[in-house]
Amino acid sequence: MLKITDLKAKVEDKVILRGINLEVKLGEIHAIMGPNGSGKSTLASVLAGKDSYEAEGTVEFLGQDLLDLDPEERAALGVFLAFQYPVEIPGVSNMNFLKTAINSIRKQKGQDPMVAKEFLARVKEKSALVELDAALNSRSVNEGFSGGEKKRNEIFQMAMLEPKLGILDETDSGLDIDALRIVANGVNTLKNEDNAFIIITHYQRLLDYIIPDFVHVLYNGKIIKSGDKELAKELEAKGYDWLKEEAEAV
Amino acid sequence: MEDLLLKTNDIGFVGDNSLLENTKVEALFALGNLKFPTRKDEAWKYTSLKSVQNRKFVTGDLLKSDKLEDFKVADMEANVLVFVNGHYSEEQSTILENNTDKIVISSLKAALNDNNNELSAYFGQTGSHTEEIFTALNTVNTKDGVLITVKENTVIEQPIHIINITKGTDIVAHPRNLFVAGENSMVKIISSYETEEGSSFTNSATEIMVHKNAMLDYYVLQNESVESVQVNNVHVIQKDNTNFSITTITTDGGLVRNNLKIEVDGKHCETKLYGLYFLRGTQHVDNHTYVDHIDTDCMSEELYKGVMNDQSTGVFNGKVFVHREAQKTNAFQSNKNILMTDEATIYSKPELEIYADDVKCSHGSTTGQFDEEALFYLRARGIDETSARKLLVDAFASDVLNNINIPALKEKVEARVDASLN
Repeated sequence: MLKITDLKAKVEDKVILRGINLEVKLGEIHAIMGPNGSGKSTLASVLAGKDSYEAEGTVEFLGQDLLDLDPEERAALGVFLAFQYPVEIPGVSNMNFLKTAINSIRKQKGQDPMVAKEFLARVKEKSALVELDAALNSRSVNEGFSGGEKKRNEIFQMAMLEPKLGILDETDSGLDIDALRIVANGVNTLKNEDNAFIIITHYQRLLDYIIPDFVHVLYNGKIIKSGDKELAKELEAKGYDWLKEEAEAV
Repeated sequence: MEDLLLKTNDIGFVGDNSLLENTKVEALFALGNLKFPTRKDEAWKYTSLKSVQNRKFVTGDLLKSDKLEDFKVADMEANVLVFVNGHYSEEQSTILENNTDKIVISSLKAALNDNNNELSAYFGQTGSHTEEIFTALNTVNTKDGVLITVKENTVIEQPIHIINITKGTDIVAHPRNLFVAGENSMVKIISSYETEEGSSFTNSATEIMVHKNAMLDYYVLQNESVESVQVNNVHVIQKDNTNFSITTITTDGGLVRNNLKIEVDGKHCETKLYGLYFLRGTQHVDNHTYVDHIDTDCMSEELYKGVMNDQSTGVFNGKVFVHREAQKTNAFQSNKNILMTDEATIYSKPELEIYADDVKCSHGSTTGQFDEEALFYLRARGIDETSARKLLVDAFASDVLNNINIPALKEKVEARVDASLN
């Protein structure tokens, strides 16, 4: 479904990604780990289409090269980025935001707007999934939300939009154990044979709840090691230094 | 500037023994002493009128407006008074409320012919015509305007919409309004300023008297052409227990200067001042506001918001003055701006001058760039760039727009705000 080939990215002449190769198939969960500054969040932003990065290479997704598309076109195609730092948007209610998003995507797909009843039913169902207080929906997007509420709101949006590819950018950072469990439960519920997830994380602990099929280590803009869930545990125990040395020795 | 002076004496002038004679003579004398403002004057530091001084403006005739439907507020049942080039167009106006026991809605000229008592009692009572040069010029030169007097204990449901249109090249107009809200009355008034064709210098002056327990909401919509200049003076006096609100929306125009002065001369008053300016090109809009808290237990709240695009310039100077006697005053003032480009400019100066010791007052000003992070966030959720920008700008404007209590008017303003983004 997703095939990243020799993806390079820089921002203002600073090279961050130095040739990423990664293939994700339907039904898979990939975890991307790595030390600070390795390029994990850049990878997420580049996939979602943030234009402050200059990217080259190809990112084939459902038959199209994502790099040719605007962020909204990627969203319509089924790419969803759960932001590491969800943005506060005063004056736009969470509900209005979601309705606009869903209907923009439907419009791009040539579908009619979702009827209000269906929308409300879905809001009710999905906010229950992430245990998000319904009152938050009438508030402005993320404004005055706690850290945990913001992250749960991201998963809630993901549940509402039902993407093909969910990219979670350090969704676990700053979460207490209860919130972590709720977020993981959300992802596990959404996961099926017809979608896929990329989980970007610093720590192994989220992977106790969301079991990845593959674990990749990103360092200095490249994937230096791939393995299964055991690799995450090894990293937890040994840290990244042994891999760094291994990578630099090559 | 002499072009603007003494071109006409259509109504009420020296020697005609009319109701307005004394006020006009006072204004004329005042003009001998009042100097044309330059950037050396503190109040005009950021707004130069040189271009106005060097332009030759001419008076225009009463023409028929062909775009009136665009200027009206759709789906709003209202008393509509139409002025073209400063002349009242009776033919194009619609006055729904003719019961003079409740309200008088009249052109100044007609009121003068009727020897309207309230016109003689209140015209010039704010004193602006001797203190402020443009009001003085207006007083001397005005051809016509609107008199609204709401009688005691009367609620006027349908808004009164005054549409000031100019049509022609470099037309000068001096619309003059007097609104008197009688005790315990309620009324909503809208003034809009439109260019049907060409360019103009509109020098508008409005006096508003709000008597005890009355409520008056005033909306000013400025949408003239980019070649046009407008100076708009509004002077309000509030008596005990009154509510007054003014919302000034500037969506077009070349050079606009608004002077708003509110004398809160009573106890337990509520005063609200809202403003929104959406600028592009080389537009220049300057909002000067002055709230004078003279008596005790009053509340004033001010919120002005602006979005400056291209090379446009915004100026906000809001002053709240709290007299020694005005204890228990609550005054809040806020000015927020977004600069869309590096070339756009805002000069923001909120000011508080407080002599009472038992008050609650605050003021603040923020200026920021357009939030690119928020834009990306919305786009990443599937919302196209144009809609996302619109959503963000509407959100920014929402706390001003939400105070427009006439739904049809709010819709029109929102549409104008959106149009000014393109």
